[in-house]
Amino acid sequence: MLAMFFWAFVVGGTICVIGQLMFDVARLTPAHTLSALVVVGAVLDGFGLYEPLADFAGAGATVPITNFGNTLVHGALQEAEQHGIIGVLTGMFEITSSGISSAIVFAFIGALIFKPKG
Amino acid sequence: MKVGSKKPESKEVEQYKQFEKNFETKRPVFKNCLKAFLVGGFICTIGQAITYFYIYFFNFTEQTAGNPTVATMVFIAMLLTGFGVYDRLGQFAGAGSAVPVTGFGNAVISAAIEHRTEGFVLGVGGNLFKLAGSVVLFGVFSAFVVALIKTILIKLGAI
Repeated sequence: MLAMFFWAFVVGGTICVIGQLMFDVARLTPAHTLSALVVVGAVLDGFGLYEPLADFAGAGATVPITNFGNTLVHGALQEAEQHGIIGVLTGMFEITSSGISSAIVFAFIGALIFKPKG
Repeated sequence: MKVGSKKPESKEVEQYKQFEKNFETKRPVFKNCLKAFLVGGFICTIGQAITYFYIYFFNFTEQTAGNPTVATMVFIAMLLTGFGVYDRLGQFAGAGSAVPVTGFGNAVISAAIEHRTEGFVLGVGGNLFKLAGSVVLFGVFSAFVVALIKTILIKLGAI
């Protein structure tokens, strides 16, 4: 269990360092960096490489934004297995739902509670 | 200047660019990476603790516990964004706070709070995905392409 915390720290931190290098060395904006990382996550899952990483590093792989691309592909493939090609569209958000829905719900609650500063 | 015109730059322009470069603040790349590593790793460690919480108390498995973890972390991001803590963390940590899913939550939530003065429909509703929209767009489109190719290959029996 302690090893899991350690690898979550190391792998998650490493993914953030890759993002930081894209900021500082490649001079990309945050939006470009995050979009690129999501695409990388989706492609990695296409090759079946993301799940072994998640098994190994736990939250180190499931908390960074790359996991967003991974879960999108995962949901689409899961549904495509049952319903064929149309499942790619119908299953897309099946697993990712928690991230998007919670962001929308909590953003609205946040807008109700908090006032903009300065 | 016309867009796309490719005139060779004159000597003055080149000299000016050199001159400009001397005054550009050097980015402390190594220091920034270290901060990103520590903060990003710390956020993921908290995520791991939340994952174990869901596994032991709510009967999730290692595979499915990622979803409630993400939702919980977005909730924490809402509180931190609302109290103005996350912006300060972002200035310190750079990608360390932007790359974890809390950064995605922060982008959505700060847009919602910022635009509430314009009303809830046109302000909050219209601008909710102003910052995070590109992540959703490229995530969904790339996932569509990847999943489509893989599904076709599986149907053809290639994999």
